[in-house]
Amino acid sequence: DIPGDNVVSLIKDDQPLLVPVGGEIRHHAEAVALLAAPDRETLRELKGRIRLVTEPLPPVFDPEQSDHVFAQYDVARGDLDAGFAGADLILEGEYRVGHQEQLYIENQAMIAVPGEDGGIVIHGSMQCPYYVHKALKRALRLSSVQARVIQEETGGGFGGKEEYPSMIALHASLLALKARRPVRMIYERHEDIAATTKRHPAIVRHRTGVTRDGRLVAQDIEVVMDGGAYCTLTPVVLSRGVLHAGGPYRCPNVRLRGRATRTNTPPNGAFRGFGAPQTEFAAETQLNRLAEALNMSPAEIRRRNVYQLNDTTPTGQVLRESVAGEEVLEQAVGASLFERVRQLTGREAAERHGSGTIPAGTLRTGDRRFANGIGLALAWHGAGFTGSGEVLLKSVASVELTADGRIRVLTASTEMGQGTKTVFPQMVASELGVPADWVEYAPQDTAEVPDSGPTVASRTVMVVGGLTIQAARRLKAEVEARNPGVPFHEAFRDDARIHGPTRIDQQFEPYPGVGFDDTTYTGDAYPAFGWAAAVVSVEVDLDTAEVSVRDVIAVDDVGVVIHPILCEGQVEGGTLQAVGYATIEEIKLRDGRYLNDRLATYLIPTALDAPHIRSILVEAPYSGAPHGAKGVGELPMDVAAPAVVAAIHDATGVWIHELPATPERILAALQRASAA
Amino acid sequence: MTAYRFLVNGVPAEVEVPGMRRLLDVLREDLGLTGTKEGCGEGECGACSVILDGQVVDACLVPICQVEGRIVRTVEGLSLAARERGALDTLQEAFLEHGAAQCGICTPGMLMAARAYLDAGGDGDEDHIREAIAGNLCRCTGYTKIVDAIAAVAHVD
Repeated sequence: DIPGDNVVSLIKDDQPLLVPVGGEIRHHAEAVALLAAPDRETLRELKGRIRLVTEPLPPVFDPEQSDHVFAQYDVARGDLDAGFAGADLILEGEYRVGHQEQLYIENQAMIAVPGEDGGIVIHGSMQCPYYVHKALKRALRLSSVQARVIQEETGGGFGGKEEYPSMIALHASLLALKARRPVRMIYERHEDIAATTKRHPAIVRHRTGVTRDGRLVAQDIEVVMDGGAYCTLTPVVLSRGVLHAGGPYRCPNVRLRGRATRTNTPPNGAFRGFGAPQTEFAAETQLNRLAEALNMSPAEIRRRNVYQLNDTTPTGQVLRESVAGEEVLEQAVGASLFERVRQLTGREAAERHGSGTIPAGTLRTGDRRFANGIGLALAWHGAGFTGSGEVLLKSVASVELTADGRIRVLTASTEMGQGTKTVFPQMVASELGVPADWVEYAPQDTAEVPDSGPTVASRTVMVVGGLTIQAARRLKAEVEARNPGVPFHEAFRDDARIHGPTRIDQQFEPYPGVGFDDTTYTGDAYPAFGWAAAVVSVEVDLDTAEVSVRDVIAVDDVGVVIHPILCEGQVEGGTLQAVGYATIEEIKLRDGRYLNDRLATYLIPTALDAPHIRSILVEAPYSGAPHGAKGVGELPMDVAAPAVVAAIHDATGVWIHELPATPERILAALQRASAA
Repeated sequence: MTAYRFLVNGVPAEVEVPGMRRLLDVLREDLGLTGTKEGCGEGECGACSVILDGQVVDACLVPICQVEGRIVRTVEGLSLAARERGALDTLQEAFLEHGAAQCGICTPGMLMAARAYLDAGGDGDEDHIREAIAGNLCRCTGYTKIVDAIAAVAHVD
């Protein structure tokens, strides 16, 4: 019943849209048959009539035991042995993170409408209309015109609606073609959590050498990611994870090794940060532990190692501009009075511990039930796609002056709450010298807008926004050339009436002087980096080990701020997702099945759990982008979780090596500490 | 099937449906009031919050048989009441002004929870506001701007 290839088209062709009869079911949420009915009752009854005959195969759930490797990357620089030989202190650490669910509040949903030309029109919730378009063409054997994809209002994405919408669109389409009528497929929350992609679990091992004065001289880092049952976006997630694994620090001798393997859970995929939050949690916790071992302030060890202008990264990239690690660090340390608060929490801890011993089984030794702690972390986040991603993609964005004198921006960049619909017209209007509400944003409909690439990787404002600015500049120049001496805002309406429509298609050109070699995995991994620091204050209940995250100072360098309110909104929202990742968000598994696949059991922070978040925006523009912007979406996700863990350590004296830092893990760590 | 009669946003409504049909489905599917959203269907997320006789309820947990003869306010009612004055509701204005809505899926429920809180005499105290919207999950904003928006209206009222 599948007209084309039984493949959900992405990086590798390993994921079928339906498991073929006699085929291998690789995870419990895989589709084996599709059912449609006019109403829910009939559907339920039909489902009861289906019998699935299966035969068990041995599953793999431990990514380190899996022999199927989706991707592997190795980066080396300097002489590791010499680096360790010259170190005054060597510290090892193993860090683990589990699945995290995007938990957009609107579940995934698609409507497929069969067309008269044998094609399909898809309406749905998605980040990437052209991903769905490509998948439809391949599996249903449709032409570019027969497959039409229209993004409807999308209630959040965070990466979770990057690839999975292709699967639902294909399922709904197959049913619609068969039934010859529109089919609607709306996941319930339980189905959505059970089947859709999650943040990759990871194991990260560090061996670090430092000098007595806190300078990094050797970093040996191994990253293992759990890809789940199919490849999906795993190689790209791993790549970003490995490239960020050392943290934003200069180190002459580095080895980064990463691999992602296949296991029998639903595939893991994109989630805000895309591999970097996992490895930067490890890098920052390792650095905070090094600071403790050296009896040095966490701020000071960062000051001594953070990348400066013209430093070289492990891939050999020279950071020639837009380097703001030190600035975000100093702003966060200053705004939070970090050192002063740390003195106070340190004094509190000393008084509490008295003799310095903590009895097993309980945290409390005196009358004080709550302990305060403060923690710091720093991060970098590569702006836009990794490596040659943008060069291969060749995105196109357009600005159009219509015959009736309207100005329209045409891109496939979707609005999902982050503000595309606001900032694109704003940026174009600003170039053209007209009010923002004179510029329209064309709908994300593949029949109408060009392929400006997926709405992912914090690339929307930086890359696609940059293209719209370039297109607007060309449009303005053309119109003003035809109307000498008349500024665009006065000329465009008459110009359209006299000369007809003008449309400028702007294609991506490689950023000047930026090059990456995919075969040797060296060069400029990103055109520029965003930089972020967070200082987190927590209160730990010494009876229950519950953590209350009180305050976060989040400092983010985004290049250039386009819209301050929306930009702060990204920082605040990303920070809270990171706080959830650090404290309460956890997926429990049994036999490859998510046990807590409901909102009653998978918890995200409420307004009462959320800390006060103060965001401070820093601007270190990137000259390669016409507006200097580097993107903001993912940056805050990298930094708050390790800061929470550092604050818990400041309050309790124990390091938590595995996220989330649940009361159970904190109590277990305290018991280990008191036993030792 | 039984006929149930109630007031929705000041307008009488009558539906003939099974008594256990969810108020959420009656609003969205039978009455076409799609402003009320479904996020989880089990009373956890608050996206379907409506005001029933002055109390905030999750419309996914209320069977229609319990709505007979009662007064329901939905997000459509907020703008209807305000449209007579030629404006949005002050809360909607404040949400726009403060950037309190990102993707917008939690917004209708958040607005109704906030409206019920303010109508019951709620003040601008941050902790009180957080308590009032604790049953409404938002994944985009980090809540900061939502709390600011509600506080701004409380201070004006």
